[in-house]
Amino acid sequence: MSSTTSVPDGPGSTELTGLAASELAAKIAAGEVSAVEVTRAHLDRIEAIEPAVHAFLHVDREAALDAARRADEQRANGTPASPLAGVPLALKDVLTTTDMPTTCGSRMLEGWTPPYDSTVAARLRDAGVVVLGKTNMDEFAMGSSTENSAFGPTRNPWDTDRIPGGSGGGSSAALAAFEAPLAIGTDTGGSIRQPAAVTGTVGVKPTYGGVSRYGLVAFSSSLDQAGPCGRTVLDAAMLHEVIAGHDPMDSTSVNAPVPKVTAAAREGADGDLRGVRVGVVREFGGEGYQQGVRDSFRTAVDTLTSLGAEVVEVSCPHFEYALGAYYLIAPSECSSNLARFDAMRYGLRVGDDGTRSTEEVMSLTREQGFGPEVKRRIMLGTYALSSGYYDAYYGQAQKVRTLITRDFEAAFGQVDVLVSPTTPTTAFRIGERVDDPMAMYRADLCTIPSNLAGNAAMSVPSGLSAEDGMPVGLQIMAPAMADDRLYRVGAAYEAARDAASEVSLLDRVPRLEVA
Amino acid sequence: MSTISRDEVAHLAGLARLAVSEDELDTFAGQLDVILDSVARVGEVAADEIPPTSHAVPVTNVFRTDEVRDGLSRGEALAGAPATEENRFRVPRILNEEA
Amino acid sequence: MTAVAEIMDYDEVLRRFDPVLGLEVHVELSTATKMFCGCANEFGAEPNTRVCPVCLGMPGALPVVNGSAVESAIRIGLALDCQVAEWCRFARKNYFYPDMPKNFQTSQYDEPIVFDGGLDVVLDDGETFRVGIERAHMEEDTGKSSHVGGASGRIHGAEHSLLDYNRAGVPLIEIVTKPITGAGERAPEIARAYVTALRDLLRSMGVSDVRMDQGSLRCDANVSLTPKGESGFGTRTETKNVNSFRSIERAVRFEMRRQASLLENGSEIVQETRHFDESTGETSSGRRKEEAEDYRYFPEPDLVPIAPSREWVEQLRGTLPEMPWERRRRVQEQWGLSDEELRDLVNASALDLVAATVDAGASPSEARSWWVAYLSQRANERGVELAELSVTPAQVARVIELVGEGKLTHKLARQVIDGVLEDRGEPDEVIAADGIEVVSDDSSLQAAVDEALAAQPDAAEKIRGGKVQAAGAIVGAVMKATQGQADAKRVRELVLAACGQQ
Ligand SMILES: [Mg+2]
Ligand SMILES: [Zn+2]
Repeated sequence: MSSTTSVPDGPGSTELTGLAASELAAKIAAGEVSAVEVTRAHLDRIEAIEPAVHAFLHVDREAALDAARRADEQRANGTPASPLAGVPLALKDVLTTTDMPTTCGSRMLEGWTPPYDSTVAARLRDAGVVVLGKTNMDEFAMGSSTENSAFGPTRNPWDTDRIPGGSGGGSSAALAAFEAPLAIGTDTGGSIRQPAAVTGTVGVKPTYGGVSRYGLVAFSSSLDQAGPCGRTVLDAAMLHEVIAGHDPMDSTSVNAPVPKVTAAAREGADGDLRGVRVGVVREFGGEGYQQGVRDSFRTAVDTLTSLGAEVVEVSCPHFEYALGAYYLIAPSECSSNLARFDAMRYGLRVGDDGTRSTEEVMSLTREQGFGPEVKRRIMLGTYALSSGYYDAYYGQAQKVRTLITRDFEAAFGQVDVLVSPTTPTTAFRIGERVDDPMAMYRADLCTIPSNLAGNAAMSVPSGLSAEDGMPVGLQIMAPAMADDRLYRVGAAYEAARDAASEVSLLDRVPRLEVA
Repeated sequence: MSTISRDEVAHLAGLARLAVSEDELDTFAGQLDVILDSVARVGEVAADEIPPTSHAVPVTNVFRTDEVRDGLSRGEALAGAPATEENRFRVPRILNEEA
Repeated sequence: MTAVAEIMDYDEVLRRFDPVLGLEVHVELSTATKMFCGCANEFGAEPNTRVCPVCLGMPGALPVVNGSAVESAIRIGLALDCQVAEWCRFARKNYFYPDMPKNFQTSQYDEPIVFDGGLDVVLDDGETFRVGIERAHMEEDTGKSSHVGGASGRIHGAEHSLLDYNRAGVPLIEIVTKPITGAGERAPEIARAYVTALRDLLRSMGVSDVRMDQGSLRCDANVSLTPKGESGFGTRTETKNVNSFRSIERAVRFEMRRQASLLENGSEIVQETRHFDESTGETSSGRRKEEAEDYRYFPEPDLVPIAPSREWVEQLRGTLPEMPWERRRRVQEQWGLSDEELRDLVNASALDLVAATVDAGASPSEARSWWVAYLSQRANERGVELAELSVTPAQVARVIELVGEGKLTHKLARQVIDGVLEDRGEPDEVIAADGIEVVSDDSSLQAAVDEALAAQPDAAEKIRGGKVQAAGAIVGAVMKATQGQADAKRVRELVLAACGQQ
């Protein structure tokens, strides 16, 4: 194993929590350590630092230890469930689980335990992965900072005054704080990649349809995609192979073999990118991008060149319209998807005092159960779909979607992958953008095009920004069902980055010991 | 360019079943305006001949065979309900449609 | 509400206006499972026992289309002479209602699976009227609410409601006609005949139970009036809750008269949903349409488009059974029916029943006479459809057989059928239980004949004088005396013989 997969001197690095998932998996498989020990180490770490981070909404110590015991038994019987058997994971609280509540960060679902497992959760269980708990998120995955969680914000382990990204800030923070070596996120406009970028972790939005959405509480159905998060590219790849693959319960699930992402990550770790054509998206990374982000990106492109990649500039002229299209399509779909939260069959009910009608109770419950951002998007989507406005807004946005897809097609006709910064800035301070929706929305400027087109994209750490010492992410984008290219390029870049610095990136995370 | 009025916000809130307060009407009217102004640019590029994209993957004809599968037990179905009665979901009176 | 007495006479309506109809029929498919999930599609199960995360609209659940429902939709389209879309999508129809778990109905909007067809409808006088079909599309049914407190379980005045989602997600096909114009006075009849013809067609295809009483066939009638000599359509109303074929006719007729009265007074028609009341035969105002309904349709992102290949469509065309009109033509030929006889059969909705009775061994003419005459009358008395009578073609065939063997007289046969209709078992069980037996033993009949002749000497004298038609009175008396158990033909012979006329 190369230095890319280990974190030699980082927080807890002498402990099990400092190891990469691939290393833990190998140790468990070899019988050097038990899944129970590994799980307990992570649970203890969670207990110690959660007050400072608040990455989790729910931790089930006993259930996690039970799952670890099962993994140990299976290994002892010579039948480990998967290469990741016994490795702990943090699950975003937007995926249903029968043994834990699923709240989506909303009062609306506080205390609701679903009667069915999401396909992702079921595959994790089947693979013997130990789910430690459910992670915090912007309410119903709407946001870029995790400040929209009804249960309080998550803090960025690099600087607890700053946001960990969103909506999947709980998952990214859990990784950066060494509370879990693996996590699951979901990405509708960047909710895996942007948190990964601002916490110095790896996050992948697989090809739309690559991972089942069954049991993923929908924000925007045509854009949502669950994906793997880890501290290393190889870890993300191993997790990717556990959760991906066709699911007959999801009509939009792609019925094709899962790209060989683990093999690609291992191949990439050799650091040879000769023959790989990399396109730099001309429209991203210029004006309006933080200087440290621009510098980091330029260094990253140089690194890719030094690894043998053929780097060219590529224009995607319609990407600048992606944000606008996204803020019509996603709210429109969300206004419909969230209509089911009506106080009738599950979840919160407010004001049912025997005098109010169903309509009144629905309206009161939704008013009190949803936070401001969710309501704002429901209103926006209701407007964009309403008669007289549909053509001007939703209809136009769908045409922009076509144009962005065509931009990608043209670009991928010239290059194998595209690269850009993942986000225009590093993690901003908590509270800084809460009253300025447009400023908040701009955090997803570079990530949104891949959601609209449905292709695969990854954020891999690309060092720290000089101004604030906060992590910066490099976004790599690949054509649909060519997810393996992300892993090859990502792993190569990761190896080169770590080789160039004295310590691995995450070793610089503050220890956060609350003692 | 201001596009959305307070009354319109109230109408949208009704359609969306949100009991918004008077204060919220103003806040939403202002914020929706800003957002709509900035997203209005999508109209600049999308010419008539561009087909809309509703789905990111070009898949068609995904069907299920007509075979019964186990669903939820009644207990599981009703477990999360705010109120039940006679094995049904109990809801407040439904606004009279026949009046 | 306007009372019937005050509203315009029907003939007057027709002198001043031309009616325009539009009929929307919802048909529940009889697939094994629901439209988008694997729950059993079953009527009458215990509440909330045929549900899953999908049809309960639980967070995270996703729909998957029932392929069999798509096949039914295409087959229905082909039977209705429609085009089959080469590419179509589902759409979400967004509105809040507690019987709809997702608060949107997964339906089809501007891309129906089949469109532009027609159905030839045979009217009571045998004339054919072609009803144009605009489209038929797939969608899902809602759950069922029951209302607690207030007046007799009605939504009005109820204190709260209870929801059962077993029906939520059951596959529906909504069949929408083109505007039906030029129907004139026959508009109400055409409405009834169209829905009846559609019912027969769908039943013959085996795609639905088509039971109006159980809600597996539901009809909404849109009615508007255009003043004579003008063009364009007037404001329409949509009448719901029409639960029988007769009610469709009554509802359309009432709406025509009500609207005409309003227009005549210079009032405007309000575009609204109206409800038909079976007991009064009137419609009453429901939800107003103008403000509330903005369904914000958009393509369903959780389902991929449907693009039926031409091969698939042709293969489905090959599975269509004999269409009712083809069957009518064939039966007419085989049974040697006149146009009128065929028409009576069709009007009584008796064709299938007669055919099944013939298949069970009866002669076409006997079978026809039982269903079209006696049983139709019984169905009328009970206010039910012929097919809803609790007598089967096999039972009718058995009674016909017994008559043929001389074991029952026609009168006794009717008694036996009545017993079957009262759910007293098979014909032979009724016969045994009631001790029904044909009295053809001459010696016992002779005594009754002699007694009757003695009791009516005038009639006896007339018969002896050659006026044989007077025998009827004596035969009647004998039949009465024997409580109908005598063979009337034999009695007549005995009467004539006793009076020297044979
Ligand atoms: Mg409909
Ligand atoms: Zn179901």
